[in-house]
Amino acid sequence: MNAVVCVKQVPDTETLIKLNAEGTEIATEGVKWILNPYDEYAVEEAVQQKEKAGDGSVTLVTLGPDRALEALRSGLAVGADTAVHINDAAFAEKTDPYATAVALAAAVKELEYDMIFCGKQAMEDDAGQVASILGELLELPVVTVVVKLEVSDDKKTAIVTREIEGGHAVIEVPLPAVFTAQKGLNNPRYASLPGIMKAKKKPVTVKTVADLGVSAEPMTVVKSMSLPPDRQAGKMIEGDDAAAKAIALAKALHEEAKII
Amino acid sequence: MPEILVYAEVQKGEIKKGAFEIASKAKALGGQVSACIIGKDVEGLAGQLGKFGADKIYVVDGPEFENYSTEPFVQALAHVAGLVNPSIIFLSASAQGKDLTPAVAARLKVGSISDCVDLTLDGDKVTAKRPMYAGKAYAMVEANGTPQVLSIRPNSFGVEEIAGAGAVEKVDVSLDESKIKTVVKSVEVAASEAPDQTEAEIIVSGGRGIDGAENFKLLEDLVRALGPNATIGASRAAVDAEWIDHGYQIGQTGKTVSPNLYIAAGISGAIQHLAGITTSKVIVAIDKDPEAPIFSKADYGIVGDLFEVLPKLTEEVKKIKG
Repeated sequence: MNAVVCVKQVPDTETLIKLNAEGTEIATEGVKWILNPYDEYAVEEAVQQKEKAGDGSVTLVTLGPDRALEALRSGLAVGADTAVHINDAAFAEKTDPYATAVALAAAVKELEYDMIFCGKQAMEDDAGQVASILGELLELPVVTVVVKLEVSDDKKTAIVTREIEGGHAVIEVPLPAVFTAQKGLNNPRYASLPGIMKAKKKPVTVKTVADLGVSAEPMTVVKSMSLPPDRQAGKMIEGDDAAAKAIALAKALHEEAKII
Repeated sequence: MPEILVYAEVQKGEIKKGAFEIASKAKALGGQVSACIIGKDVEGLAGQLGKFGADKIYVVDGPEFENYSTEPFVQALAHVAGLVNPSIIFLSASAQGKDLTPAVAARLKVGSISDCVDLTLDGDKVTAKRPMYAGKAYAMVEANGTPQVLSIRPNSFGVEEIAGAGAVEKVDVSLDESKIKTVVKSVEVAASEAPDQTEAEIIVSGGRGIDGAENFKLLEDLVRALGPNATIGASRAAVDAEWIDHGYQIGQTGKTVSPNLYIAAGISGAIQHLAGITTSKVIVAIDKDPEAPIFSKADYGIVGDLFEVLPKLTEEVKKIKG
């Protein structure tokens, strides 16, 4: 069972986001970078499926600058075997989900795979598009927001449960296919010290736009960025006891805020 | 006048509120508005869209569209897009819309802009405002190529009664079966009539302070008192403790929401949670720790025991709603 996992390096979710002086992107100074949390579920699922099948390999693919190598290393430390790092200054300025998917598709085409995993979305642009575009470009079915995945004994199909509004849908899909991992799909393992040591020696292939024969032309462009207005602390409801405070709150919501 | 195509999602036999929001917004922006509705036995619903901005409503109706599945819906919507030739396509960024939007855009060989919260139009060119980093920042984004495909976050715009011509046309779509590889085996949706967190007008959320799955009943009582547009939410701590399903989680690893009223009970307010609720109109925090960060973002705060405050609040809400 061969799997490809598309991963992305993102700022730690604890990061207090600030903008650069021009207001065109976030200020990266002091940002701690991590493997996108949803990609952790994707990597774990690929590794578990490989372990269950007893054969095959897991290849990570990322698009990012030099520092993105760290995200690959964290995936290699928890069981992925090899990695492809698309690293090209052409993507350094501005990229978007479409251009990213085009580059990933070109890299994935050169690999062996029965399944392709992505995180549900990257916890930075929160776009949630790359997997769907990748599926279209590779002419593969895509199942998003997956919380359970079982491969048939003949390894030709998968039965997957995906999250839908207010519930779940169970989908049968022939392999190869593209899946996006939602929280709950599995419990990602922590990297062991030997795992981290081994990851340093696992092969990482670097590819440029020219190697892949693609363009880095984005379909969408971020013109500017802003920070949300800072919410100010409002009113503390006072009262002699909890009941008095609850009564005062209900009154405030009804008469002052007029929302109940 | 730009031609705008609006995808009107149907759920449980009704057009979703988000569809009326984007149709009326499309009209208010000055567009010539076509709507597309896809499903089984949905033809009778189509006319309603005329009251909310749609000049023309294309209906794709058939048993093969009973349950949502990406490929058939992509084919149907792309087919209607081929008839309308719009410069802009709007979808609601519901759970279904988040799946359909990038897929249909890719079929039309363009990119898309996800989860927009504000829109401006200059001629045929849209500039969209969308949150990034779960709402810790906003980006102004433009799309190259035609059509410009955008998903719009529910509750970003109100539903406005704004008349369109409202002409209904049935469209036959012959599906390319060779491309339909997935089979929907079953669909399980909770019997609850409560709206999804991303679309609810009121959310009552519980965190670590709720102290056990059984105590979510206190939140349910309050939700019931607040009416049909209210629903339950939870913090990551409550989900990770397995007191409630992940589908309820609000924040960076859950849903980002914009209700009119967000009530946080027993939630201290980690940065990832606060990011997910920052666009709420009014935030109420109830927690026993006066130092909890949630109070710095709340419009109304109560320092107190939620096990005493919530039942009393429920009682008072019932009186008001009387």
